[in-house]
Amino acid sequence: MNYLELARLAFAEILLVVAALLVLGVDLKFRATLDLPGRRFVAIWTGLAGCVIALGWLLMLEPDGDVVGGMFVSDALTRFVKVFVVGLTAGTLLMSAGIICTPHVGEYVAIVLLGAVGMMLVVSSGNVLMMFLSLELTSLSLYILTAFDKRNPQGSEAALKYFLFGGMSGAFLLFGLSLVYGVTGAIDFDSIAARLPGNGTSPLWLVGMVMLSVGLGFKVAAAPFHFWAPDAYQGAPTPAAGFIASGSKVAAFFILVKLTVAALGPGRGAAGWADFETGWVPLLAVLAVLSVVWGNLAALWQRNVKRLLAYSAVAHAGYTLIGVVATGPEGMSAVIFYAATYAWTILGAFGVVVFVERTTGGSDFEHFAGLVRRSPGAALCLGIFVLSLAGIPPLAGFFGKFYLFLAALRSDPADLGLLWLVALAATTTCVSFYYYLKLLKVVLVEEPAEGTPAWEGGGPEWVAILAAAALVTLLGCAPGLLLTPLQAALAAVGI
Amino acid sequence: MVLTLTIWLSLAGAVVVAIAGRDRPAVARGLALATTIGGLVAVGIGMAQLGMPEGTVTLMRVPWVPSLGIDFHLAADGISMVLLLLTGIAAVAGVLFSWNVERRVNEFFALYLLLIGGVYGVFLSWDLFQFFAFYELAIIPKYFLIAIWGSTRREYGAMKLALYSFVGSAMVLVGMLAVYVVAGGSTFDLGRLAAVPFPEAFQVWTFPLIFVGFAILAGLWPFHTWAPTGHVAAPTAASMLLAGVVMKLGAYGALRVGLMVLPFGLKSWAPLIAVLAVAGVLYAALVALVQQDFKFVIGYSSVSHMGFVLLGLAAGNARGIGGAVLQMFSHGVIAGLLFGVVGRMVYDRTHTRELTVLEGLTLVRALPFAAATFILASAASMGLPGFSGFVAELQILIGAWQAFPVAAMAGGLGVLLSVAFTLRVLNRTFLSDPPAGDDPLDLLPPISLPEKAGAGFLLATSLIVGLYPRVLLEWIDAGLASPAFSGLRSTMGWP
Repeated sequence: MNYLELARLAFAEILLVVAALLVLGVDLKFRATLDLPGRRFVAIWTGLAGCVIALGWLLMLEPDGDVVGGMFVSDALTRFVKVFVVGLTAGTLLMSAGIICTPHVGEYVAIVLLGAVGMMLVVSSGNVLMMFLSLELTSLSLYILTAFDKRNPQGSEAALKYFLFGGMSGAFLLFGLSLVYGVTGAIDFDSIAARLPGNGTSPLWLVGMVMLSVGLGFKVAAAPFHFWAPDAYQGAPTPAAGFIASGSKVAAFFILVKLTVAALGPGRGAAGWADFETGWVPLLAVLAVLSVVWGNLAALWQRNVKRLLAYSAVAHAGYTLIGVVATGPEGMSAVIFYAATYAWTILGAFGVVVFVERTTGGSDFEHFAGLVRRSPGAALCLGIFVLSLAGIPPLAGFFGKFYLFLAALRSDPADLGLLWLVALAATTTCVSFYYYLKLLKVVLVEEPAEGTPAWEGGGPEWVAILAAAALVTLLGCAPGLLLTPLQAALAAVGI
Repeated sequence: MVLTLTIWLSLAGAVVVAIAGRDRPAVARGLALATTIGGLVAVGIGMAQLGMPEGTVTLMRVPWVPSLGIDFHLAADGISMVLLLLTGIAAVAGVLFSWNVERRVNEFFALYLLLIGGVYGVFLSWDLFQFFAFYELAIIPKYFLIAIWGSTRREYGAMKLALYSFVGSAMVLVGMLAVYVVAGGSTFDLGRLAAVPFPEAFQVWTFPLIFVGFAILAGLWPFHTWAPTGHVAAPTAASMLLAGVVMKLGAYGALRVGLMVLPFGLKSWAPLIAVLAVAGVLYAALVALVQQDFKFVIGYSSVSHMGFVLLGLAAGNARGIGGAVLQMFSHGVIAGLLFGVVGRMVYDRTHTRELTVLEGLTLVRALPFAAATFILASAASMGLPGFSGFVAELQILIGAWQAFPVAAMAGGLGVLLSVAFTLRVLNRTFLSDPPAGDDPLDLLPPISLPEKAGAGFLLATSLIVGLYPRVLLEWIDAGLASPAFSGLRSTMGWP
């Protein structure tokens, strides 16, 4: 193995690690001399500079290659997804520019960056071992971020819950992967796919698939493995919650769909209404059904916007899983499109929550009352994000959902096998309109409560929110802007 | 092409009104009026430019998402031009009737113009995806127009309307995806889809999804319950648009997608649709007969009159469908007028809609112009010869007689019932005997110029079409003779 080659391929990741270390060092240097806002400024902008340089490297210079059997894969597709991950990280840092819940800003920024490195490694793995390790790196960073606000008991509780569930699911994932290894004798995606035919229906394999579904279902917050999500979203510092909801989702969904398409294809089974066959497809179809139903129904009762976004995230995980169930390149393209646009939508929504929390001190519905009278810009952006989540044209969420459903039906054009799943998902979207409209009603229709403190908008957070709103609108009006390069990337890697 | 300007003008107008009209109500009103008049002029010029087109004229076509075969394709035929004309007229009248909106004026007209833009977009769409996108786009402004500026139980009415619309569009979405995939998954072009000979068994199960999904918005019994509550809750301009134009979107979608693309589906479901349509005509008329709220009477009368549209579509012959389109136009104008009188002229002045109270107010003396307008509008609504409603309902009944004689007879009974409920409400509001003693309502503000202009404009339209229906019938017949309807013609056995 050539370390120089590895360093060349993973240079973007290395850049981010260096940035993280630099942030820690600089923060240590200025600890005594600068006040908190000054240190915050230095830490955030150092981290951002790292992100920008990494982004530039990814877009301009990164070479293609593969180190030791999929340990680290760099190709057009991983680059495409990594650009999103780094962009989302930059957005998270911008949103954290006014973070007040902790004096340890250096550590905060460093851990966000390390989490981003974990997500990039997840995206680059073509090997189950590397996949597991990088998923754990990501998760560990996110556990810490969740607990970062030490004065908030909810945060500690959420982090503990997240950690315990996460550890358990990690064990399931590892067990499942070991069974995959046991059946095929391989750990890299290509060899697994090559040795799978003939073994695809052995009981051992099926047990492995169940374990994998549990482990990865946790990572994408699919029901019934979603219990951590509402608490973590509510308890974590809001920008960190946005990061958990966006970046980690993109990475986890990408590796899930890549694993299923590139490695587990031959043992997939089928979930059509006329032909039900054992394999991972019916398993994931069940998870999708549970997620869209449970997520949307549970969201109806929420009175806190962050919890509402968490349950809606469960539902969205269900929609995205439909693309995984669709299998094949079309499904993969739909999953990546949806996860990428969804991530920006939810990050932007959390950005608006950051503002509202700063002015009103909370994120319950009543804190959002009459937002439009207080800050029309923030209300407009929140409107864009929420309507995109609801799937209203011409926003990205509309095309994304449309494309997922279309991919599911196109996977079996002869008898429209997945029609039941699409019909069910479309039905649950009607349920979701109720709570999205309820939130927008609070924002746009109601009057602000008496004695609400004056609005304090402004700051670098706006850059992230406006960028997200612009992206969501632009990609909804012209989905081709994202779809064309995505399909070119898929074609380039031969999927 | 000038016709496409209607969409761009309205959408751009929405943005300009929202920004330039902030805290300047007069500017917002003026801009909104100018925009809607501009739209109407554009429709006029466009119709003159295209003349009597044979078939469908493409106005604009650019690839939108090439890999899925989605185009941005604007086109018009005779039918869509008639409905564009209706939209233009109703839009101008709606602005004139909402001249007295005082709260959040710029937002009101911005949402109003957004709705109008969406409606123009639907009527001009020749690509199914784009059609659906515009259709969904029109739902959101409706919700907020009602929830913010509405009256009686506005939040309930708005939510009910939105959820019914979304359930309908979810059904349409599933149906249209199935149509797309079965047609080969390469085009959403309506003309090309209409030429695909879909398997009969497939049409039998997809047709109800698409037809009912659209017809929910046209007030199909028993899914009509959103309509009266929505109309009553809405501010005057919104109920004028809702009854005048938005319900037509549903009927237009049922015709354009349901009948045109899946003609065999119509053939197999026509008897049931005819039964539901007649049930709607009779049921809504009977309910209107016992209402105590002035606006509820008009709300139910809308459902009743829209039942005729569905009856015409179910008849499936040139007479019936042509009559249905003419009825869409006619009812759009008349319902707009009735809601204008009830909501703007009477309710905004007396602040009551209770018939028992109105009875004692001698409105005929206090508001003579309103009385005259309402008497003429009632005559038009009852289907008196000379007004557009007569020609339209006659055509529908003749068409229905050829297909379903019993349904036609029951429909004729519906015409009688509509005379009954209209005369009842007329009698109790404007023609009631003056109470003994002095007249307390001499101080009602007089009818303003914008109201007179709007009412005169709508009445004149109804009279012109009633006296010389050929102006519209020729366009409608040309539309029905276009190649896109050849599948429907051969399936239903027209010449």
